Amino acid sequence: MSSGTIIFLVLVVGVTVMGFLASGWGKANLQQFDEWALGGRRFGTLVSWFLLGGDLYTAYTFIAVPALVYGAGALGFFAVPYATIAYPVVFIVLARFWTVAKKRGYITSADFVRDRYGDRTLEVAIAVTGVIAALPYIALQLIGMKTVFSQIGGAFGAGGGFAALGVAFVVLAAYTYTSGLRAPAMIAFVKDALIYITVIAAIVVIPAALGGWGHVFASVQAALAARPAAAGAARAGILLSPGMYFAYATMAFGSCLSLFIYPHSITSLLAAKSRFVIQRNAALLPSYSLLLGFLALLGFCAIAAGIATNDPNAIVPLLFAKYFPDWFAGVANAAIVIGALVPAAIMAIGAANLLASNVFKEFSAQRPPGETRIAKMLTLVVCACALVFVVELPVQYAITLQLLGGAWMLQIFPAFALGLYTRWFHPTALLLGWCAGMLTGSGMAYATFLASGKFAPVFPLQLGSLKLVGFIALYALIANLAVATLATLGFGAANAGKGTDGTTAQDYAT
Amino acid sequence: MKRRAWYWLLIAPFAATLWPPFYNHADPALYGLPFFYWYQLLWVVLTSLLLWFVLLMTRERTDV
Repeated sequence: MSSGTIIFLVLVVGVTVMGFLASGWGKANLQQFDEWALGGRRFGTLVSWFLLGGDLYTAYTFIAVPALVYGAGALGFFAVPYATIAYPVVFIVLARFWTVAKKRGYITSADFVRDRYGDRTLEVAIAVTGVIAALPYIALQLIGMKTVFSQIGGAFGAGGGFAALGVAFVVLAAYTYTSGLRAPAMIAFVKDALIYITVIAAIVVIPAALGGWGHVFASVQAALAARPAAAGAARAGILLSPGMYFAYATMAFGSCLSLFIYPHSITSLLAAKSRFVIQRNAALLPSYSLLLGFLALLGFCAIAAGIATNDPNAIVPLLFAKYFPDWFAGVANAAIVIGALVPAAIMAIGAANLLASNVFKEFSAQRPPGETRIAKMLTLVVCACALVFVVELPVQYAITLQLLGGAWMLQIFPAFALGLYTRWFHPTALLLGWCAGMLTGSGMAYATFLASGKFAPVFPLQLGSLKLVGFIALYALIANLAVATLATLGFGAANAGKGTDGTTAQDYAT
Repeated sequence: MKRRAWYWLLIAPFAATLWPPFYNHADPALYGLPFFYWYQLLWVVLTSLLLWFVLLMTRERTDV
């Protein structure tokens, strides 16, 4: 066994033990739903910083963003403004959500929607959207792990990495079941430390080895200009072509609105012990975005280093293998695998919370402590679904579904985020808007598939003589809002009752 | 409640990053990084500082 493999094994086994030990953290009764699902809402600034960083900046992000820059040039850098402007949204909107959730005891976004609008159908729609969006996301984490396993080879690579993945899956499900949110919170310390060490080393070593950034960009410019351009498509470059401006801005803006309404983000945010902890983290978390920005630039380093591969997702592991000694490549590989385990666990918990509190409970008489038992069982089911997903379906399906999932997720924005500020919308109108948004998003994505043979995140909208290539999720949100607004006006004109509101102004006050 | 007026400052990062023609240039480069890249990385840091500032101006005595 090589030194890299030994280091890799020690780190991964070490965090697994931590995951199980986490159940004893804080001596809590894990039969209580709050304790299992949200760590008792007791996490302070430091734990929340590691947990949220470990949750939002997933292993897949760290592989996919450099891959996107490698393939699409400057356009792939949209992840940086996205990961910047997301934080003012957290600071204002999510801090408000934390306040009302704490006062009213919510575990999920759908809990709030049920209470605010008194509408069970809307609640189930919100919950199901979250679960559907979370599943392919978990599958992508597993795919990230599989890439590393097959790269390491030996016993890990057996069966194309599936054997090792099966073991990783069982371990993930077992400690999530036992320790709840405390497991990823504890492991996140190791994950984030490893990611910081790896990325900082890469940023110091790799550009220097390539002769500095000036040299990297000069050779990238030459290499991109020499690439054969696809017919009709804008050429990838180190700067945007004017036709990409709208796509770049709408992708950054649309993604920033949806990031924090994903179930795993909500779960980590609600685990904070105060509103202040969330706001302080909104100011501290951009440090991860800086890391992400430099990682994105590694995509250019890969081009300058002459790394050629059919699988752009492999460029980060390939760069590490090329520029680092074997033992450090082991650290980097462990960072990716542990980096996938943390968000996968939180996503499974977030999806299970939605199913247990907002779907399952609506159809059964079960009340706590039955709720915790159900959520724990559902975590296993969610993990199993994600594994079947990865084993049975081609990788492209998970990527496509994750893309569609992003467009779908944003459709709960009017009911959830706008609902935090106004009760103006009629609940049925929100449901109609949600349908319109889901259909528009799916339809536009399918149209890109018909046009080019694969699903794209952007759609060319023809407005008279103006062609606007923009982010599908945002177009769908506009359709959603238009329908919800018109329907609300319609219901108002018909004097339809607006349903009940379980919250009061006092619940939102700090 | 008047303190919430500081929240309006947080429009700045959106205005600065959502209009690409404004920063889509190679020059001036910094340590070999084209302006496009270091400008957006700079806004990551500026946004963080801005959030700290707004936090200080709006925090309540009771916040922990």
